Amino acid sequence: MKEETLYEIKGLYRDDFRIRGFRFGSGEKSVCVIGSMRGNEYQQVFSCSHLIERLKALEEKGRIREGKEILVIPCANPYSMNVKKRFWTIDNTDINRMFPGYNLGETTQRIADGIFKNVKDYKIGIQFASFYMSGNFVPQVRMMKTGRENTELASQFGLPYVVLHNPRPFDTATLNYNWQIWETNAFSIYTTSTSAINKKSADSAVDAILNFLSKQEIIDYKGHEGYISRVVESKEFVNVRSEKAGFFESFVEAGEKVRKNQLLAEITDPYTATVLQEIRSPENGIIAFAHNEILIYQNAAVFKIIKDIDS
Amino acid sequence: MTEKIITVVSVQLPIDEKLKIQKHRLFPKNQDEKELEKSGRRIAIVTGIHGDELEGQFVCYELCRRIKENSALLSGIVDIYPAMNPFGIDNISRGIPAFDLDMNRIFPGNDNGDMNEYIASQIVNDIEGTELCIDIHASNIFLTEVPQVRINELHKDVLLPYALKSNVDFIWVYGASTVLESTFAYSLNTRNVKTLVVEMGVGMRITPEYGNQLVDGIFSLMKELGIWQGDVSSVRKPVVSNDASGKDVCYLNAPCSGIFIKEKNHGSMVKKGDVIGKIIQPLSGELLSLIKAEEDGWLFTIREYPIVEEGSLMGRILKGDRL
Repeated sequence: MKEETLYEIKGLYRDDFRIRGFRFGSGEKSVCVIGSMRGNEYQQVFSCSHLIERLKALEEKGRIREGKEILVIPCANPYSMNVKKRFWTIDNTDINRMFPGYNLGETTQRIADGIFKNVKDYKIGIQFASFYMSGNFVPQVRMMKTGRENTELASQFGLPYVVLHNPRPFDTATLNYNWQIWETNAFSIYTTSTSAINKKSADSAVDAILNFLSKQEIIDYKGHEGYISRVVESKEFVNVRSEKAGFFESFVEAGEKVRKNQLLAEITDPYTATVLQEIRSPENGIIAFAHNEILIYQNAAVFKIIKDIDS
Repeated sequence: MTEKIITVVSVQLPIDEKLKIQKHRLFPKNQDEKELEKSGRRIAIVTGIHGDELEGQFVCYELCRRIKENSALLSGIVDIYPAMNPFGIDNISRGIPAFDLDMNRIFPGNDNGDMNEYIASQIVNDIEGTELCIDIHASNIFLTEVPQVRINELHKDVLLPYALKSNVDFIWVYGASTVLESTFAYSLNTRNVKTLVVEMGVGMRITPEYGNQLVDGIFSLMKELGIWQGDVSSVRKPVVSNDASGKDVCYLNAPCSGIFIKEKNHGSMVKKGDVIGKIIQPLSGELLSLIKAEEDGWLFTIREYPIVEEGSLMGRILKGDRL
């Protein structure tokens, strides 16, 4: 394992901003894995740290294939993480809305450029991603439909779902989108949580990546085979929305199987504890996304359900 | 004159509060509101999409004050939306605070979307049918701008004639970008509501001089649209940059982190090599960098907020041969 600084900016009163990379093997740029780009993505850094631990052990046993190189970047934004801020510290911009970056531009454009220069030549790009809404996910591989997405390859992770979604205007400035445009096979992996550590989910994501690398003949590894992935389009998700605002209490978790009409959650009046809305499942299916905060706003997506194929 | 405060959209919040977007509608007395709406004599003044940009607050007040002073001269509908992002204004925050979301990236919204998408869609629905909309911004908290209208090249032919009458100093026609398709102005322009984006002054502050200048421009546009029958001031002739290729403007980005001390004000004419400012290091007492103009031209943007890090924008110069 070689640890190196991939990009840095000199700080004024803070330590220098550094993006660290951990390189395994040598030769063809086979896979790049990137963890957090936002300051609240603790699970994404945690998952990367466990991947680094496992790859280090595999390398010591000579199980990284000859001529293959793997790069892992656990955190592309330590400045924001250290001050518990989601976006860039001074101007609140999002590094993951700045790709492919610009080396003569503003700070986060330069950081995106610094990252992209290091990651753009890999055949496969994997990002531990997070969602803009606060909630938990069933583990999934997510891909944008750019015309270059490869769902067959995505299924090799052995995660329960491969989710496809149509890019919206702002998606065109994300790492995943630009990776695909620069002909990297790009995947976003969603583990269960973002700002809370879920060890079990991180371990299964790391296993999924190692299995994938093994199938791609990049490492020698035999782990749990995982699932036969179901490919779904995000527009097929059944959105369950809050009709009221108040306190939110959920009775189910992401990944749980639910039946039609099952009570999923309640919204209560914060002053009187009166139940304002009982949220029931409109379908038989799996909870793909579950809101996880106490406060709920009106018309918020509280659950996203993947319908059973037979229902 | 008839005037009313109208709630455009209202959403219940979790703890005993409603989030409301409101507008002030002014129109001539004894005239049918629906007929006026159909006549095309309707203008919308919108501001506060970014909660820390306050220059538009004075414009809303001053426009209303001047109309009321001579209300008999009003001959169309004026809709004033002073606070598109009330959470942001209350929290001194550019975005929507509870969601860490830039409101100007969620348009045109979605009737069936989450709370913010729903609010955005109701605003767009409310403004649709307006002849002209002016979306007032104040750069951000970092930069001061001369009063200017920014136009996406895709909408130049339709918007430029109106921008020329808006009494700004500068019109910047910039290249199209996919990311900007989710802005308020882009969404309305694609729905055939002519929408001008004004940038002027600086975030968190109000510059009454610029506010008055823009209000003069709004009256000139109202006159043009048949909404105002009174006399209006003649408008200034703006510098126009057709910059779809991105080559007209020279950007000054900080070469290092430090404290920026400006030495030129926005609106200054500069010569190549002139010192625009310097970056200093208070801990060591060093001068880290002298920031010099790379071209002759017009400094239409200057950094106001002193802290810079590598890459921070410190100024923009419109190249001299484009003036």
